[in-house]
Amino acid sequence: MTSSLTWRAAIVSIAIFVSFLLAWHLATRGTGPVTQMDAEYAKLMGATATQGKSAMPGPLDVAAKLWQHIQSPFYDKGPNDKGVGIQLAYSIARVAIGYFLAVMVAIPIGFLIGMSPLMSRALDPFIQVLKPISPLAWMPLALYTIKDSGLSAIFVIFICSVWPMLLNTAFGVSAVRKEWLNVARTLEVGPIRRAFTIILPAAAPTILTGMRISIGIAWLVIVAAEMLVGGTGIGYFVWNEWNNLSITNVITAILLIGLVGMVLDQLLARVAKLVTFPE
Amino acid sequence: MTDKFISIEGIAKRYPAPGGGTTAIFENLWLGMKRGEFVCVIGHSGCGKTTVLNILAGLDETSEGAVIVDGQSIEGPSLDRAVIFQSHALLPWRTVMGNVAYAVSSKWRRWSSQKIQAQAQKYIDLVGLTGSEHKRPSELSGGMKQRVGIARALSITPKIMLMDEPFSALDALTRGSLQDEVRRICLETGQTVFMITHDVDEAIYLADKIVLMTNGPNAVLAEIVENPLPKDRKRTDFHKHPLYYGVRNHIIDFLITRSRNFSGNAEGYDPRHVPVVKPGFSEPAIAATGKGSASASRAASA
Repeated sequence: MTSSLTWRAAIVSIAIFVSFLLAWHLATRGTGPVTQMDAEYAKLMGATATQGKSAMPGPLDVAAKLWQHIQSPFYDKGPNDKGVGIQLAYSIARVAIGYFLAVMVAIPIGFLIGMSPLMSRALDPFIQVLKPISPLAWMPLALYTIKDSGLSAIFVIFICSVWPMLLNTAFGVSAVRKEWLNVARTLEVGPIRRAFTIILPAAAPTILTGMRISIGIAWLVIVAAEMLVGGTGIGYFVWNEWNNLSITNVITAILLIGLVGMVLDQLLARVAKLVTFPE
Repeated sequence: MTDKFISIEGIAKRYPAPGGGTTAIFENLWLGMKRGEFVCVIGHSGCGKTTVLNILAGLDETSEGAVIVDGQSIEGPSLDRAVIFQSHALLPWRTVMGNVAYAVSSKWRRWSSQKIQAQAQKYIDLVGLTGSEHKRPSELSGGMKQRVGIARALSITPKIMLMDEPFSALDALTRGSLQDEVRRICLETGQTVFMITHDVDEAIYLADKIVLMTNGPNAVLAEIVENPLPKDRKRTDFHKHPLYYGVRNHIIDFLITRSRNFSGNAEGYDPRHVPVVKPGFSEPAIAATGKGSASASRAASA
């Protein structure tokens, strides 16, 4: 039953995808009015004006571009022409560093908030005010103080991934079942051993949920951040190709951003599965 | 010293009442237990049985009074007092072996992992879970989970076992076989046990003394029933013993009427010396009506 459901879902997915491609292809195939013009002038004009080609690239154009990128993802022909693999690597590296720093900060502080009602109350107003701030609003401040665009982007990733992890850790830690804590108490388990052997495993599924939300937000924000700071990264690539009016490249990049985001999410979903325990 | 291994001395537990002032769950509670004794507490829900057990475990604090175990006042939880929780409280991310080994390694921190495993295995075998060491709690039935709880409590060789309605969530058959196991293990090891239960038959089968507690708030220990049944009683025929119905009726009468009406202010009642009764000796089972049995047995014990 479940396997047949999987198959049927796959068939429907493929059908939707094929009809989308078909619709896209038909919509962008169009031959618009062709203006007669001087040969010299025609060289300056795009294919839209000279051959009546649609301004929007079709699926075949995008597929060709994608294939071209896949063939040489890591070429480097100067600051404005790098392979899409290099750009993605820059973005992933920034997300990884910012995210790792956020884990280092959010989980210990989340533990503190979850275990101490005093700290929970004391830190609550700060969290409530800081959490809703758009991470990009920090960008000018980061650029002014850090004076390095790459590090500023990492800072922005850090600040946007901290909150979901912090709040989920605090919630997970404070919601550890009293009976498990009582087991530790009757066994005279010390506070450090209790934190690692009872609270951490009990709160791990909740913490991982927070980490999964954070990685999603971090990947959303890096594109916007790189559009602002420029230089390298997939966000910069998108903006640069927009300036080049290469819509084909923009669509290709959008597709790649989606795929990488999915992989990052699935990685954390795997880890979450490892620490989840059935009750 | 050997007379009172555990001594509950005038403990009280009060909570702030909603409209100011305090509500006392119980006041001035006194109880002594000998080493190796099996004591059951029976009373209605909300009378403070669990609070007494939590105080003995060190998980809860008294508002007044003290509990002395083996000559020392209780200051928080201790590895000398193992608790078997009603909800079994196993760690779901650990296996059966992991749960028991966690307790063993908490008691003997310097032991090698081999020694810890061996000790844990010994108690897993004792409760009859050999072969299920690597299962997780979610893969076990309710009775098996409680067996793990018992193995975990016994593995640290405590001086006292505290059980809070350990079998109440189990079906009758499983409960029966676990009662047999607990009785066998406690007799073999000479364990001192303090157990809370709602089940009168369970109390009669397992306990040496049955403490009857009145309804809260302001609950008191109404009396201590000494179990007149022979120590070598068997599950198969203990209910056919001539004294069985006397004890049973006495306790049920208490639960139905006297647990409500009994007052700690009654004449001749001294909370420091809770009356000890040994029902069932003088009267035939049929004649054991409420007031008759109580007064007759009180007279017999006086």
